[in-house]
Amino acid sequence: MGEILQVTLFTLGVALLGTLLILPPGVALAWVLARRQWPGKAVVETFVALPLVIPPVATGLVLLKLFGRQGVLGRLFENVFGLEIVFTWRAVVLATGVMAFPLLVRTARVAFEEVPERLEGVARTLGAGPGRVFFTISLPLARRGLIAGGVLAFARALGEFGATVMVAGMIPGKTVTLALGIYHDVLLGHDDAAFGLLAISVTLAFAAVALSEWLLRRPAP
Amino acid sequence: MTLGLHGLRLRAGEFTLEFSAELHARVTGLFGASGSGKTTLVEIIAGLRRPESGRVCLDATVLADVATGKFLPPEQRRIGYVPQDGALFPHLDVEGNLLFAERRAPTGAAVFSRDRVCAVLGIGDLRSRRVTELSGGERQRVALARALVSAPRLLLLDEPLAGLDAARKEAILPYLRRIRDEFVLPMVYVSHVAQEMIALCDDMAVLSAGRLLQLGSVEEVFRQPATPEVARIVGVETVQPARMVEMRDGLATVAIGAVRLSALAAGLPTDTTTVFVSIRAEDVILLKGDGAVQTSARNQLAGTVRAVVPMGPTLRIELDCGFPLVAVLTRQSAEELGLAVGGRLAALVKAPNVHLIPRG
Repeated sequence: MGEILQVTLFTLGVALLGTLLILPPGVALAWVLARRQWPGKAVVETFVALPLVIPPVATGLVLLKLFGRQGVLGRLFENVFGLEIVFTWRAVVLATGVMAFPLLVRTARVAFEEVPERLEGVARTLGAGPGRVFFTISLPLARRGLIAGGVLAFARALGEFGATVMVAGMIPGKTVTLALGIYHDVLLGHDDAAFGLLAISVTLAFAAVALSEWLLRRPAP
Repeated sequence: MTLGLHGLRLRAGEFTLEFSAELHARVTGLFGASGSGKTTLVEIIAGLRRPESGRVCLDATVLADVATGKFLPPEQRRIGYVPQDGALFPHLDVEGNLLFAERRAPTGAAVFSRDRVCAVLGIGDLRSRRVTELSGGERQRVALARALVSAPRLLLLDEPLAGLDAARKEAILPYLRRIRDEFVLPMVYVSHVAQEMIALCDDMAVLSAGRLLQLGSVEEVFRQPATPEVARIVGVETVQPARMVEMRDGLATVAIGAVRLSALAAGLPTDTTTVFVSIRAEDVILLKGDGAVQTSARNQLAGTVRAVVPMGPTLRIELDCGFPLVAVLTRQSAEELGLAVGGRLAALVKAPNVHLIPRG
């Protein structure tokens, strides 16, 4: 039982952390994609969408090569911050974050595109600089879409499997999430344990939907 | 105030805006059909669009100069902008919208205090309302108030009355005049409605397909359109300042010099002293000779033909009836009347066709 609780809390923790980490860059990128034109924009768009299109395991492989001991980013993290990434819980956060990123950016971008540009323009004429306009007009008006994007990203992060298993391995008590746990238990023939984790996954899904409904129904601040 | 727009050029959709003019009036109207470039021009003045070439100056301040690369962002221009639907922030209530503007207004602009602006525009009771609960007319007044509270040096109004019914338009026009007079604020007023130009503007600029066709006083543009194209766009109208002589039984008598005209007094404030008389050229009927005839038309004016200008299948007739009066006739009618420059005619105008526009 303690093991199930640990896996559940660990999954929630990494999914939450992964979502929170991608929120600022994801929202910023979504705004830039919605409002700015520049040469090479299509390349950026394709890159962002890549984890949605290629197999998660392939994304995991790329991450493994980038963040491994010999990888460019892996060496950077090790030397600068003294942090080991691959096959630790950090790799789980990394994988869930990367896989959830495109869903967040796409939803947030649509949310920003639905904010009338004229409102932002008028706000500028009333004396607010671009930063102020973003925080006092664009962000509050795109709020519903941003929440939806965040919840979607969180849900994706909860169920992440393919990239995680590549870059974090399946180390019980260290990198095993609900998704990995189900697979692990079935491999070992522990179907009962797998069904327990499945029940928890379903419960979490319902909770996430309820949470998003609640967030969306709250009046604007 | 001098708003200098020098050599502006911007490709916008199907047309290229090319505009050069200096605007000096208290209220300058930008007049033209939709798609003529009015909104594009206003957005360039506000700083929401960058011209491809040209220079924009407000008095001594250079707002944008493509040649030197100078571009003052909209938040530093202090130019109020009220677009067609008001563009109120839907996530804030009325007070929140006003506060948004006030927080960023330069300090010491007491003339534009929230309380005073709300009093002038009559929106004191609306301040705690959500903007989604406002009527069209209320929304426009709140949008005007919000622009004023930001203490602008110039106010840009882009068709602020479009989308309102006739009664609401009538109700808002006096507020626009109050803004002009009480805040001593220069305005650029965009519209495609001739009545609004006459009611509010001193000067007007006529635009078509991104080009400036004529700039002059409202009276001048309506009386002497520079080209047949301008005449077609502004609609051929006689516009004359006049003095109110009396109002009785719903009928008003006004005087243009020595000539007296009857008109309907409906909708006019009882204390009206000066008005603009507007008569559409299509509403003027011409009769041979100048002998009096029995007719139901209240106004019979003897006149001399000053000019005959061909305009497609019709002729534009400029008469001198003690004041310049414009009529439009088909070529056939003109032939049957034996119409020629210097000839004498009688002009008939029914009282309901003499439109009086208060000149506040």
